[in-house]
Formats: sequence, C-alpha cells, structure tokens
Amino acid sequence: MSSPKIWRQRIERYRLLGQKCKDCGKVLFPKRLVCSECGGREFDKEPMPEVGKIITYTTVYFGPKFLEQDIPYILAIIELKNGVRITTQVVDTEPKEVKAGKEVKFVFRKLKDEGKTGVIIYGYKAQLC
Amino acid sequence: MREVCIIGAGLTRFKEHWSSSLRDLFVEAALKAIDDAKVSEIASMYVGSMSSGLFVEQEHIGPMLVEYLGVKNVPAVRVESACASGSLAFRMGFIEVASGLSDIVLVSGVEKMTDCEDVTSALAAAADVENEVFFGATFPALYALIARAHMDSYGTTREQLAAVSVKNHKNGAKNPDAQFQREVSLDAVLNSVMIADPLTILQCSPISDGAAVMILAPLDMAKKMTDKVVKITGSGAATDTIALHSRKEIASLDAVRLSAERAYNMARKKPEDIDVCEVHDCFSIAELVAIEELGFVKKGKSGKFVEEGNTEIGGKIPINTSGGLKAKGHPVGATGIAQIIEIYKQLTGNAGERQVKDAKIGMTQNMGGTGASSVVHIMEVV
Ligand SMILES: [Zn+2]
Repeated sequence: MSSPKIWRQRIERYRLLGQKCKDCGKVLFPKRLVCSECGGREFDKEPMPEVGKIITYTTVYFGPKFLEQDIPYILAIIELKNGVRITTQVVDTEPKEVKAGKEVKFVFRKLKDEGKTGVIIYGYKAQLC
Repeated sequence: MREVCIIGAGLTRFKEHWSSSLRDLFVEAALKAIDDAKVSEIASMYVGSMSSGLFVEQEHIGPMLVEYLGVKNVPAVRVESACASGSLAFRMGFIEVASGLSDIVLVSGVEKMTDCEDVTSALAAAADVENEVFFGATFPALYALIARAHMDSYGTTREQLAAVSVKNHKNGAKNPDAQFQREVSLDAVLNSVMIADPLTILQCSPISDGAAVMILAPLDMAKKMTDKVVKITGSGAATDTIALHSRKEIASLDAVRLSAERAYNMARKKPEDIDVCEVHDCFSIAELVAIEELGFVKKGKSGKFVEEGNTEIGGKIPINTSGGLKAKGHPVGATGIAQIIEIYKQLTGNAGERQVKDAKIGMTQNMGGTGASSVVHIMEVV
C-alpha cells in the first residue's frame, strides 16, 4: 500500500476511532459517508471498545508474502462490545486455545513494512484476555 | 422482453495450459461455440474476466479478443464481478438479446492464471483489501471462517466437508474437460495438506487456465437454428457486504439466497422443480452453504444431505455433475460460463457418462468473493 493510503487510515488504525449515526445510533467502524442501516449521512465520533469476543476463527498455514514469518497464524472475526465486527489476527497464543466466544483485547502491533524505503505500518491485533 | 435461448457452446479443457496465452484460450473456445451454433456473424460480445490485469498484466481485453477472433469491430464489454464475472457476462448478454437490441450475442469468460507469480494476492483483491486482506485474510482463510461458523452452529463435521470433494472428484473423473479426472478417497481429502483449518488442499479449487463461450439468440431464431432448444427462463443477481465480518450470519450467504429467489420468481419455479444444478464450490464449505441457500436442503442440514449421497448423480438433486470448481478447475472468469455449459449439455442429453436421466430443468449458481456477488440462472428444454 502507498504511504498516503496508510496515512489516510491512521485515525482508525492507531486510535480505534469510528462513528455513530446521528439518526439511528448505528456504530460504524471504520468510518464511511453513509449509514449502512438507515442511510443517514451525519455522524458523531465514537471510540471503539478495546475488548470483544471471537465469533469464528481459523489457523492459516499458507498466507501472503508479508506474513511469511508468522505462519501459521490465527485469523478471527471479532465482535466488539458495541456490536462492531472486525477481522484480525489473534496473537501470543496457540490454535488449541482459540474458541468461539472467548474474550479478547486489542494490542498495538506492527502489521507490515514496505521494505527499506517504505514505511512501517502499525495497527491492531487481538490477544486472549 | 423477448425469450432468449442458447444455440451453441464451446470450451477449452480447464488445466494448466503452459503453451497457450489468454487470447489463444479465448479464441479456441469461441471458435468451438461459433461452429457449434453455425452462425456467421455476431452482433455483440461480453467477456467475463476477474483480473486479466493482475494475472497477465493485460487490460482492455474486449477489443483484443474481438480482433483475435476475427469478428472485426463488434462491440465488446468486459464484465467483472470477481469469480462471478462469467455468469454476470452471460446475464448481460441475456439482457441485450431479451431487450431486442441484438439477435446473436456471444457471451464468454476467460482467465489465464498460471502466468501470475502471486495468484493468492491477485485473488485476495476480491475480498475487502483494506479491512480483511490487510490483516492477513486469504480466500481459503475467509471460507475457513465460514466453515468454522457452520461447524459451531450446526455440528457440521470435517468428514461432511470432505465428502463434497470426494463427490466432485467422482464426477470430474467422468468429465473429459475436467482438470482432475481422478477419484479421491475421504481419507485422502482429510489427510491432505492443511491450508486454513478446517480446509485441506483437497477442499480448495485449483489454479487453472481456460475459457468458455456460448452463443445466445431469441427464441424464434433459435427454433430455426437448432433442434434441441434450451431457453433461459430465470436470471437473478444479488450483492452483499464486501467484508465477510459485516454480515449478521457468518454461516449464511444472503446474496446466494436472494439471487436464487429472483431467478425462481422469474422462472416461476421452486427448488423441487430443478433436476440438475451446478454450484460455486470454490471451497467444500461453499457447496454446503450454497445448497442450503438455493433451497435444496434446510439450513444447517447440508452436511448430512451430502454424506447420504443426495447430491450424487442419481441422487435427489445432482450437484456439480461436471466435477465442480474443485475437479473441473476454476479459471475464475470462465467458471460461470462453464457451469452453464454443463447444464446445457445435461439438458440436451450430451453429458456422456455423467448424464442425469430426463433432465429438463437445470440451474447454475456462481459467486464472487465470499458471496458479495451471486448470479443464478435457470434453464429449460423448450
Ligand atoms: Zn443510521
């Protein structure tokens, strides 16, 4: 990804900041221009809770090049306390420890780097509570 | 709206075609279709291709393929909806003939995947790149998330998932156009290399090259041109969220259900009217969820349904008689057209060893990404 593309997403990725629809109260993350629930176009800023639970998960044995050093890694869909769902890795654990319903918290981690001349990209991953 | 029929079809075998380029594959299949339909001219052309740009670094393939096919100056539209590109191209051609704008329209799909060094990343572009792929999602991983949700919600087992591959390889062994024409045992599927748990490599469709082409015409003309006329009676399309995690039910595919409902309504048919069906089994779990969403079996019961043999040739509803994406191969853009060609063969009695007895009404289901797009067609012998 190009540097401007990373810069554009810095608020979501580094501060877990989403938005709440002024019309229906739906919480959206990351931000978008139209509410997916009611079509509303006005929002308040809404910080995301830093804990959630695992909805579904897998252990990945063949991944993309930028994750070669992490193979095998655990990927999961996580539901935050406010109902928002995201996809990320579950780290610092073993596949046998991971089950649907288990609580996780976000940790700040390096996601990828773009080589010698590029930027290092940080963001969130999840850890079992 | 005019009634639209299929008057010809042609395809390359799906496999690793090391000595053929994208244009070679397309022209080979297109000439077969044109010869089969016995037409001298086409009015317009649609070509489904997921990512000629990422796979062979060539865009603008519409005019290129028109030129190489030698049908000078015909208008051409490339259609993209990830792995559903082929059947969406078919639907666009169907609409053009139905509207009365054109009579003879060529609809096609093509993909040349083996020239690409990083196929996994090229395919991943059909998911939500910023919110899924960026965090480590691959297609096997996303379908593994669906499989795990299905296992947790309904008790679907690893053996039931593997049974889909066993059945599809059994059918592929009877298809001379299939990439893998050999049977595999349940143990072989279960014990093959793990890609994304619970999906082993024998539950993942392969990387393939190939092209598939059909010729469409209005009913009155079709009746004069062929003796076995197959009419398209239902065409339904639908979309869903691009990211899997945005859906309420991870073990469901809403776009598949909605596209099927639209096709059933248009054709005035119900699931029990369908004699034979091709579904999008990019991974074993995809076939299980698809047959639930198409209404062939109740939600959550697909694993047992497949295990009991109901989807085999001779079973209650034969699914993927061609071998499916798993055994027939999956050159992504060509897949949707190839599915329709299999049903066309079944309905015209040309399916050889894998012929379903008295098949009169057939269906195809083709999807893109993790079901963010789905296209369903229903066809009938006139
Ligand atoms: Zn709203």
